[in-house]
Amino acid sequence: MEKLKGVGVSKGIAIGEVFLYLPEEIKVDINERDNIPVSDKKKKLEITKDKSRKELQSIYEKMKSGKTEKEAGIFEAQALFVDDPILDERIMELIKQGFTLIVAVKKVFGEAAEEMEQMENEYFKQRAKDIRDVSNRLLRHILNKPIPDLSSLPSSSIIVAKDLTPSDTASIDRDNVLGFVTDMGGITSHTAILAEALGIPAIVGLKDITERVKQGDSLIVDGETGKVFINPNENTIDLFKHKKKALEAEKRELEKVKFNEAITKGGKRIEVAANIGSPKDADVSLRSGAEGVGLFRTEFLFLNRNTPPTEDEQFKAYKEVLEKFNGKPVIIRTLDIGGDKQIPYLNLEHEINPFLGVRAIRLCLTRKDLFKTQLRAILRASNYGKTRIMYPMIAVKEEIVEANNVLKEVKNELEKEKLPFDSNIEVGIMVEIPSAALNAEALADYVDFFSIGTNDLTQYTFAADRTNDNLSYLYQPLNPALLKLIKMTVDASHEKGKWTGVCGELAGDPEAIPILVNLGVDELSMSPQKIPYAKKIIMEI
Amino acid sequence: MIQQEFTIQNKVGLHARPAAVFVQTTVKFKSNIIVEKDGKEINAKSIIGVLSLGAEKGSKIIIKIEGEDEQEAMKALKELVHNNFGEDQ
Repeated sequence: MEKLKGVGVSKGIAIGEVFLYLPEEIKVDINERDNIPVSDKKKKLEITKDKSRKELQSIYEKMKSGKTEKEAGIFEAQALFVDDPILDERIMELIKQGFTLIVAVKKVFGEAAEEMEQMENEYFKQRAKDIRDVSNRLLRHILNKPIPDLSSLPSSSIIVAKDLTPSDTASIDRDNVLGFVTDMGGITSHTAILAEALGIPAIVGLKDITERVKQGDSLIVDGETGKVFINPNENTIDLFKHKKKALEAEKRELEKVKFNEAITKGGKRIEVAANIGSPKDADVSLRSGAEGVGLFRTEFLFLNRNTPPTEDEQFKAYKEVLEKFNGKPVIIRTLDIGGDKQIPYLNLEHEINPFLGVRAIRLCLTRKDLFKTQLRAILRASNYGKTRIMYPMIAVKEEIVEANNVLKEVKNELEKEKLPFDSNIEVGIMVEIPSAALNAEALADYVDFFSIGTNDLTQYTFAADRTNDNLSYLYQPLNPALLKLIKMTVDASHEKGKWTGVCGELAGDPEAIPILVNLGVDELSMSPQKIPYAKKIIMEI
Repeated sequence: MIQQEFTIQNKVGLHARPAAVFVQTTVKFKSNIIVEKDGKEINAKSIIGVLSLGAEKGSKIIIKIEGEDEQEAMKALKELVHNNFGEDQ
């Protein structure tokens, strides 16, 4: 038995078997030739294509029927590359020149992917990834190597990987995955977010666990403590089986309280809301007992496409969420993008220091076309439920004033067009830059509420990039420096009869909740899965 | 051989899903199918080829078909283009 410790990023206990996921690229000597007759290589190519086509078809069929319909299309389209006549012709040419089948496939697909990558357009860049994916599938069939794929896992799999990207996990087999452990990654990595969403344990930052385990090793993962046990002994297994049972009992307990209001023993009611990233998250939030949406991220509308979303498209997405929440408040955050996130069609300037650059409200105020379209869509949607607008990355009051001027302009337009909207719509700001917290008293006059984004507030206060693993010791959201900033913000809002929420990671952190409540925070917004437990904690304060 | 000119009307052009749907249709037919845009001709059964055309909204393309099922093929492709490749709007 070997014991390792990493960073637990999603609670729960998993007892299962290692599924080692190491999708390395296949190394090929690009000049390699052989004397195998062309007809034999052609036959081998046909068999390979046949296998790959069938696999892709079965992935497609499987995903089409689940909740993964949208991702299914990716694999249907990938099948087209397998049989592409242009690529076929090029492969045959190389084979005739005496290159090995491996070299021919690798070269032809690699060149096609490079062509796509050179295009300025995000869509083509995505297709380049598809072409490389297909190429790897073909090469692995030729070499008889297993295809790395998470869409069909043995039962009770715990995925062990260097790191997981969204594309690795797009097709993940949700029925058979029990947990994730990775060498790399931090508390805000994709692995963490995905595990939370699936409600399974995850431990990241284990450094070299991929080298310490073998396929099929038995594994215990404790997402709360960050401990991993490789090939555990009987005693340990028994111990964790018990712990798992206790956790599940606690979960059932939470089921009973999750729809209650969260009121402290002292009688203070805390509103517990959900952070959501798309309308898809609305149902799970409501099922978890969310009393509203404290943070509706709107970036999903702008990513992975060639043109900005239209007003109608945005309107539909906002309306969908508002209707589902049926009168419960929904805070829609305006676009929080720029610098570090690549959106080719926005033609953003390259910045040396994107986290301190033209992002979020700074971008919206320089690109008023984008901002106005979004505000119009939000206002129109406000006719369908209790809507609040929130501006991200506010540093000084002038930004609020300018944003509110645009809002006023848009309201006038809608009035002229006789389009209905909530004319008393509440407007708030994210407090995530220290200057906003330090000067909250002055800013409070311009807003209806504050919402503290603890992730960014922490990184800006300690001047430490939160995605940099080497600086994780500076990720100290409970450090007095942070708590003072939170307290200043809360007090300033209360003095002016306004309220303050918290929508960063901290809001759902069991250790932090009692502290935040004691500092006077009025609302906590977190990923939906954390809501039941947060409510229980509040009720015990 | 038959041929006909079309104007691409859907929002994203002959990219993304529409390109895939287009090729999924052409490969069902035995005939040779060629798409011409601005003098460039490509094999319509090749997704790589179709994507390389860069046919945006408003582009004019000529579809040329030759073979035993050319009439049926043209009919199917015509419908597809006119229905904006099944994109809603």
